Amino acid sequence: MSGPTSINLRLRIWRQRQDQPGGGFLTYPLKDLSPDLSLLEALDRLNQQLLLAGERPVSFDHDCREGICGSCGFLINGQAHGPRSGTAVCQLYLRDFSDGQTLTLEPWRARAFPLIQDLVVDRSAFDRLLMAGGYLSVNIGSAPEANALPVAREQAAQAFEAASCIGCGACVAACPNASASLFVAAKLAHLELLPQGQPEAQQRSLRLREQMVAEGFGTCGNQLECSAVCPKEIPSSLISRMNHLARG
Amino acid sequence: MRLDPQLPSGPLAEAWSRRRQDLSLVAPSNRRHFRVLVVGSGLAGASAAASLAEQGYHVRLVTHHDSPRRAHSVAAQGGINAARNYQNDGDSVERLFRDTVRGGDFRAREAGCHRLAEISGSIIDQCVALGVPFAREYGGSLCNRSFGGSQVSRTFYARGQTGQQLLYGVVQALLRQVAAGRVELCPQRDLLDLICLDGVARGAICRHRLSGALETHTAHAVLLASGGYSNVFHRSTNAVRSNASALWRAHRRGALMANPCFTQIHPTCIPSGDPDQSKLTLMSESLRNDGRVWLPRRPGDQRRPDQVPEAERDYFLERLYPSYGNMVPRDVASRRARELCVAGHGVGPAGRSIYLDFEEAIEREGRGVIEERYGNLFAMYERISGSDPYREPMRIYPAPHYTMGGLWVDYHLMSTIPGLFVLGEANFSEHGANRLGASALMQGLADGLFIAPATVPAWLAEHPHPELDERHPACREAAEGVRARIAALRSIGGRQPAEVLRRQLGALLIESCGISRSAQGLRSGLEEVAALRASFDRDLLLVDPGTPLDPELEKALQLQDYLELADLMLRDALAREESCGAHFREEHQSPSGEALRRDDQFSHIAAWQWQADGAPIRHQEPLQFRSISPTARSYR
Repeated sequence: MSGPTSINLRLRIWRQRQDQPGGGFLTYPLKDLSPDLSLLEALDRLNQQLLLAGERPVSFDHDCREGICGSCGFLINGQAHGPRSGTAVCQLYLRDFSDGQTLTLEPWRARAFPLIQDLVVDRSAFDRLLMAGGYLSVNIGSAPEANALPVAREQAAQAFEAASCIGCGACVAACPNASASLFVAAKLAHLELLPQGQPEAQQRSLRLREQMVAEGFGTCGNQLECSAVCPKEIPSSLISRMNHLARG
Repeated sequence: MRLDPQLPSGPLAEAWSRRRQDLSLVAPSNRRHFRVLVVGSGLAGASAAASLAEQGYHVRLVTHHDSPRRAHSVAAQGGINAARNYQNDGDSVERLFRDTVRGGDFRAREAGCHRLAEISGSIIDQCVALGVPFAREYGGSLCNRSFGGSQVSRTFYARGQTGQQLLYGVVQALLRQVAAGRVELCPQRDLLDLICLDGVARGAICRHRLSGALETHTAHAVLLASGGYSNVFHRSTNAVRSNASALWRAHRRGALMANPCFTQIHPTCIPSGDPDQSKLTLMSESLRNDGRVWLPRRPGDQRRPDQVPEAERDYFLERLYPSYGNMVPRDVASRRARELCVAGHGVGPAGRSIYLDFEEAIEREGRGVIEERYGNLFAMYERISGSDPYREPMRIYPAPHYTMGGLWVDYHLMSTIPGLFVLGEANFSEHGANRLGASALMQGLADGLFIAPATVPAWLAEHPHPELDERHPACREAAEGVRARIAALRSIGGRQPAEVLRRQLGALLIESCGISRSAQGLRSGLEEVAALRASFDRDLLLVDPGTPLDPELEKALQLQDYLELADLMLRDALAREESCGAHFREEHQSPSGEALRRDDQFSHIAAWQWQADGAPIRHQEPLQFRSISPTARSYR
């Protein structure tokens, strides 16, 4: 591998306590980091230093650290999930940044995602969107034989692509209107593209879109930032598809 | 203590349906009076909660995640097995049953494995009905691929994200029940103790991660589906917040822990490059279909891989196992890789990796074909390692991945604490000493979709306890215990962060109780764990952050449990003086270095009982093989 053997970074991080209505940025220098370290591992190291210095560590959500659980996510220099396309924050490595760079880390900002602490926000609105109808109404134990219902290969592949959304919330954070249209459109496409999802299709679409408004998400303004930052590269054409079908 | 596994008598093939006929039922109008507490929202927990809620029980589900969709089942890549014989290649329930028993090296119960194989087909039916977008053929029927340890194609998949798609299917079924008011969803909760009344499980004490409040959740039955304990090794392929605490707290309350030393180390993971690396990422087993594993013949060879001539490379799996080659099972591949690295042949940082080389496959098939087969895996590797696997061989190394051991359960999935059921990876059940690829998702869903929904109601029907009041002394005693434990941790006032101690534990455990184990190594491991426990008690640094959200407290609580669990794993590995599956004892190997089972003495499940003062007690449940006679596995 080529490139520098160690990297220095300045992390400018939004700090806000759980019990405080506001917060501000604090800057932390980090020295002599391996370029093979992930950005979250650099945050781990910073937290270790803060702990030893008797300060409160930086709160951030994370879990699988391989881009599939959807827990992590914050803005890096204004960009949701940072500079690489098709990646979540946990898949960024320090070699993706340059030596001496300052990175500004900010939480998702959206009315429907209230801030909890530092970089952590409450994304339970996404679960409530699914509760409004993002499922198939079949009881366990009542399923017919799996191959009894053929699904065209291309159709299944498209449903899969829509279903690969990890619910991280980057689409909402990147949208100037904080709309959840991409999240909702992806769920609708996943279920409507499969024949099993047809019977409830209209009801489902109506209820999810109503819930989106109730949760305080904005409306889609066709800026398509959502798709550009999506770590799973869910296409924005799904939003057009949703709107087209809704108009009937 | 006598362990009664409640195994069915008579022919295996009809055993589960016969048993189901005999299970007691609760009338529909009475079901809402029963409260069931489910811990964990992965495949097993979410599917059990949804099934029981659909039947009409009042279910509460607690999870430490912010959303049930984030449970670690989401990260499973390869697929899910089912004996459907859609490929007409000779598969059957009987064959999946036999593969599972053999793959587990004859350390699992026949009746359980048979039931798993029987149920496997219905799981696929159910998942399709729930909207799981499995891969399809052009004609619209379901695709299959093959996996290690079997000679048929029975693995169903959704690209490299099968676990994610299955999880979303059952989580959506769960959320439908939440919307219907039949499941209370309680995210952001860590289970810190089990509530028992007269020896029966009646609830749990949880800490709300955001408010810091200790909550009392009471129920008529408790279902633990909290996953495995690979993170005791510190770096594993598990999500970094996956932990063993729910399982360990139940163990301390009286649930026996079975075969804790049976842990699977997956051969193909991206190795550690830096001491601060927090986890290891799995690279699917399927890569070994085309990739060739090799190391330089000369120890300490520092040359770049492309400068090592063909004659100086050792394709050691092909050399040692001419008939299976690079496709030997996980335990065998991991062990051989480690042996050669220890002997100085390893490459990369600290000589702790091996090459997985696609050069020949790319020459043979063309880059396009390889890209089509493994493109997403190659991209993932490139992202993490910064090296291009189309041009340079991948560097890989084995990493802890799955735990076959877990809480002991009977045929009804009930632990030795009446009323406490254990599902999915958290129980020890059907994988014996080694799990086959694509069988974990199958077992989690079998437990949650079909087995627990039949056996939990039978328990409820026969034990109509009155509701347990939160102010009952049993609840207060449990809550007080948790409060005192947290206060004690906070008062240590030492200098070592939990993370530092946890790294030390992981390093010593992988060395002494990893791929290869010896009596001497296990004994010194026990001493080191004892020393580490002492330094934890004396020197833990835990600062109150002043806000309720406190990941350091969570880490300290988890580490305290890992330290005790590690001690038990070492004891179990020391007591099992044989090699079987993933448990390789250096003293018990053939002249050619293969595992030697000792059926005369160890054809049993070891189940350990916690003792507050003194060493744990080892109980045995003998295994009987009526359908298959145990033979030695051979891949040469």
